This record gives sequence, structure tokens and C-alpha cells, in this order.
Amino acid sequence: MKQAGIVIEMENGRVKETSLGMITLAGRTADSLTAMVMSGITDDITDHLSEYGVHTIVDLSLPDAPEIRRNPAVQATAVVHAARELKLDRILGLSSPEGKDLLPRVAALLDAPLIMDCVDADLKTGTATTSQYSGKMMAKIQLTGEILMFGVRPNAVLPESKPVPAKTIAMTMDAVVPENIILLSRDEADTEGRQSLAEADIIIAGGRGLKNKDNFSLIFDCAEKLNAAPAASRVAVDEGWVPYAFQVGQTGEKVSPQVYIACGISGSIQHFAGMKTAKMIIAVNKDENTAMMANCDYQVQGDLFAILPEIMRQL
Amino acid sequence: MQIYVCVKHVPDSAANIHMIDNRNIDDSVPFLMNPYDEHAVTEAAALKKQIPDSEIIAVCLGKKDAESTLRSALAMGADRGVLVETDDMCDSMTTARVLHAAIIRDGGADIILTGKESIDSEGMQTQFRIGALFDFPVVTNAASLEITNGKARVGCELAGGRTRTYELTLPCVIGAGRGLNTPIYPTFPDVVKSRKKPIETVARSQLNVSDAPGSAKIISMTPLVQKRNPRKIIGTPAEQAAEIIRILRQEAKVLS
Ligand SMILES: Cc1cc2nc3c(=O)[nH]c(=O)nc-3n(C[C@H](O)[C@H](O)[C@H](O)COP(=O)(O)OP(=O)(O)OC[C@H]3O[C@@H](n4cnc5c(N)ncnc54)[C@H](O)[C@@H]3O)c2cc1C
Ligand SMILES: Nc1ncnc2c1ncn2[C@@H]1O[C@H](COP(=O)(O)O)[C@@H](O)[C@H]1O
Repeated sequence: MKQAGIVIEMENGRVKETSLGMITLAGRTADSLTAMVMSGITDDITDHLSEYGVHTIVDLSLPDAPEIRRNPAVQATAVVHAARELKLDRILGLSSPEGKDLLPRVAALLDAPLIMDCVDADLKTGTATTSQYSGKMMAKIQLTGEILMFGVRPNAVLPESKPVPAKTIAMTMDAVVPENIILLSRDEADTEGRQSLAEADIIIAGGRGLKNKDNFSLIFDCAEKLNAAPAASRVAVDEGWVPYAFQVGQTGEKVSPQVYIACGISGSIQHFAGMKTAKMIIAVNKDENTAMMANCDYQVQGDLFAILPEIMRQL
Repeated sequence: MQIYVCVKHVPDSAANIHMIDNRNIDDSVPFLMNPYDEHAVTEAAALKKQIPDSEIIAVCLGKKDAESTLRSALAMGADRGVLVETDDMCDSMTTARVLHAAIIRDGGADIILTGKESIDSEGMQTQFRIGALFDFPVVTNAASLEITNGKARVGCELAGGRTRTYELTLPCVIGAGRGLNTPIYPTFPDVVKSRKKPIETVARSQLNVSDAPGSAKIISMTPLVQKRNPRKIIGTPAEQAAEIIRILRQEAKVLS
């Protein structure tokens, strides 16, 4: 029996789409699905999770104090506790920014193998498909051990409805508040109303072609109009036009949106490493002979300073 | 302070990777220090400036040629290097066990710096496993680090400009992110000086490392080449913009 535990991520009180996709992926090969929820359970959450095929919903019952509840070291001990109590032998979570700080902690505590950023996973055979060599290769990996862990790339699988009855249980555990790692603050101010890179359907990215920081606001404005996430090449980051968190590529975020619009980006091997799995690539570049233009779905040869304002005007 | 820095020898990020069979890459490409580990070494050198009688020891698990990555660490400011030599591909459960054993054999750590991930295996986890083996607290993707009174205050980047600030007791493990600093580019005299610094080579079998209770093994690998056939969108900027919007609405169906 493959008993899968799925770490659920929420946004504004709702289960994230990307978490539902992960449930769909797990449901293909697991015998039972247990959702682990950290924020408390509402009827809405229960309905939503059972609609997508979750059999059991566990409230991890984390302490109320936000600095304790949000400490990933505390969350990791709660997931470990639930995994042991419920005898879960597969654990999945998103390879999201939060997941990258949580899943490896759980894996380290359980001393269990973990593959991050999976685009596919078979929980029966214990195999996973993930990128390696910074997005240049796809590797199939065999995991062995008592408990196997998978960090699933957001949007790798789209959610499919599969209603089942779900029961809810609450974990009772004394949260051990670690003394050696204290979360002092968590700043979320900057993300209000902005799409996260890993989860956006559309990403619009700017590179050296934007020429300076002031011009880069064109990318942000366009992103807002398109309900897209703004992103950047490393040059734009190194020049100080945008913070590092916006960088896509080998040493930045790896993204797989439905559409990636690259504006004034030449398409270096390191940039492609972060976005080559986009379903559709639209390249806006004044030079036809760049790697990005050679390796996209739609080539838009022209001046981005003429084309982007037109897009905004026409929306 | 005893500062340990874990550095991995990885293919140059600009290299094209080719396969020799369905599991192994052609490793005749140039190899360099993992880019995130450069930030870790740079931070170690900054800490040593701040706390003068510190020693920086760079540790690497890899093949014989990985010595060149340790040499780079020495040129960037590390005092000594330890190479645990193996020809095997090690997964992160084993790697963490080996690095843990190598650090214990060498001495005691006050702080262990790593990169946030390696660009070849993209594990994102070795730092957490080392931390668990030592029972030290761990943070990853550090963008700022300050050490005062035996405590480390670390700012870590999440995404989209979000950060988390932690206070860790020493000893601790810190995974460096790109926001932490600008890597040192060693000068020629630094390189010359580094040639005199010692690198100790230890065979993996010399370390008493117990088997991990699990493993992750590559069973096959394929190059991710996505051949796309570009179609041109032509016309005036206004016509091009209209066509882009049409594609987003009707083909990609991502815009209402
Ligand atoms: C270890 C390492 C890691 C790296 N990691 C990354 C990474 O994670 N992400 C990353 O992006 N890079 C990374 N790089 C850097 C990478 O090698 C390239 O330098 C970088 O991607 C180039 O950025 P760019 O395309 O914005 O700039 P350029 O290559 O300079 O391209 C600018 C493009 O803009 C076009 N252009 C100019 N003006 C206009 C206009 N008005 N309208 C339309 N088009 C215009 C030009 O034709 C050109 O094609 C890394 C490098 C190293 C060594
Ligand atoms: N073979 C190795 N030798 C030394 N350090 C390593 C090795 N493998 C991983 N590390 C360290 O662990 C970090 C995370 O690696 P990974 O878990 O593979 O993404 C790297 O940035 C290195 O600092």
C-alpha cells in the first residue's frame, strides 16, 4: 500500500491550484491520499480537497503564534510527526519557495531520500523525473528507502477533479519550539497583488534590452496588465535594475509557465536553463540572430519600446 | 572560529552537456566550483576578516580533478583544503554523511557554509542533511549574515522579494544564495600564494561512513532539447502587439 502524504500550500485561505495539481499527480499511483494542512481546516478546504481525490485531511495543529507556526523547522517536525503517526510511506510537497525550505528539512529529519523539482513521479515504483545539469538534462531517478519524498514542480501537472469522501483528523502533538533556530521576521510586503514566478501562467521577462532601471518599469506595468509575473535576466539583476528574486535561469528561478515572453533577452544557455520548459515562448528582440529568436515559438522582431506600450494600449 | 566551507566541482554553467550513454555525461567539459559555493567561500573570507584568528577549511567530495576547485577556494581565501576522493557518483544522503565525517575527522566546526544548491544534481538538500547529522540548525538561500555573541542573524530570500530573518545559535549550517555577496575574483598574487596552501587528500574508504537507509540513483537521462519552430509575427508594432494578444487569448488561452 502506498500511503501518500501531501503537504498542502494555501493562499488567501484557499488551497493553491498548484497543490491540487500535486494531488492529481499523487492520485495516479498512490493507494490513499492524505493532505497535511498547516493553517487549520475549514469546510471550504475540506470540500475542495475531497473534490480532487483526497481521502484524509490532517490538521497539523501548529501553534497559533505566527513566528512559531511559520518557522519551517517547526513545520518540519509537525510533518515528520504526522508521517510517523499515520505510517505514510510517500511524502510530497511543492518545490515552491516555501517547499524548498521545508521538504529538505523533513527529508533530513526522516533520513529519507528526496528528489526536488520533479515534473513526474510514480509512487508505486518510487521513481521521479527531474531536471539536472541546471535544466539541460531530464533524469529519471530511482529512490529506495522506507519513506520516499518528492518535491513537485508547481504547474507540472494540472488539477483534475476526482471527488471522493474525505475524513478529517487533527494531530495532537506538543510542538517543540526549537531554541537554536528562531524566526525573527517574515516580510511579505513586496508581493501584494503580484504573481509568484513559479506559479504564474504568463511570465514577462526583461533583459539588457531594457537599458536601465527606469525603463524596466515597462516590464512591471506590462505584467500587471497581463496578470503576468515579471522576471529578468541576470544582466538586469547584476545592473541593479531588479532584485535577484526576479532572476530566471541557471542561478535563478526555474519556471514552466504556459507562456514566457522574453523581451530584450538574447537567450544565453544559462537563461534557457531556467525557462526552456515553458509551454510557449514568445521572443521580442530587435536582432533576429539571437538564440532566443532561434528557439522560440513566436518571433517578434522589433523594438520592445514600441511593442510593449502597444500591448498595454490595446488591452 | 573554525569555518568549514563545502565546495563542489561541477561542469561549467556555460558548457553544453552531452551524454556518453543513457546515464553518464561526457565529462570532458571544463569543471569549476559550483557558483553558489563561490558565495559561501566569499562569505567565509569576510567572516575571517571580522574574526581574525579564524581558520577556513574548504571540503570537497569528488574525483581527483576536484582538487582544482579546492585550489580556487584557497585562492579566494580558504586556508586549507580537504579532498575526500571517490570516483563514485554520490547521492545527497551519502554526500552529507561523508562531509559530516570529514569535518569531524578534521576538527570541530563553529560554522559550516555551503551553497544553496549544486547546479549539476540540483539537490537543494545537502546542507539540511549535514545539519541533521550534526544536530545543528540550518537555513538556506542566505542573503545576509551577521555574527554577534555566538549567534548568527541570517536573512534568507524566498521569492518575489520576500525574505525571512532567522537567529541561529552557533554552530550552524548556512546555505549561501546569490544575494549574499559578490564572489571574490582572486588576483594573480592570491593565486600564487594559494599554491603553497595545503590540500589533504583522504580516500573515502578511510572515513568510517555508515550506509544511508535510502538512496537516489539516476536510471536514465536524456538531454532536454526542445526543438521549437519559430513562426514570425510581422507588421507594425501595433499589428505585432495585436497578434501577441490574439495568441495569448486564443492559442495559449491565458488571457480573458
Ligand atoms: C555561472 C553563471 C551563471 C549565470 N546564470 C544566469 C541566470 O541564471 N540567468 C541569466 O539570465 N543569465 C545567467 N548568466 C548570464 C548569462 O551568461 C548572460 O550573460 C545573460 O543571460 C545575458 O542577459 P541578456 O540576455 O539580458 O543580455 P544580452 O545577452 O546582452 O542580450 C540583450 C538582448 O536585447 C536585445 N535588445 C537590445 N535592445 C533592444 C530593444 N530596444 N528591443 C528589443 N530587443 C533589444 C539585443 O538584441 C540582445 O539580444 C550566468 C552566467 C554565469 C557565468
Ligand atoms: N560533493 C560535494 N562536495 C562538497 N560539497 C558538496 C558536495 N555536494 C554538495 N555539496 C554542498 O552542498 C550544497 C548543496 O548541494 P545539493 O544538495 O547537491 O544541491 C552545495 O552548494 C555544496 O556546498
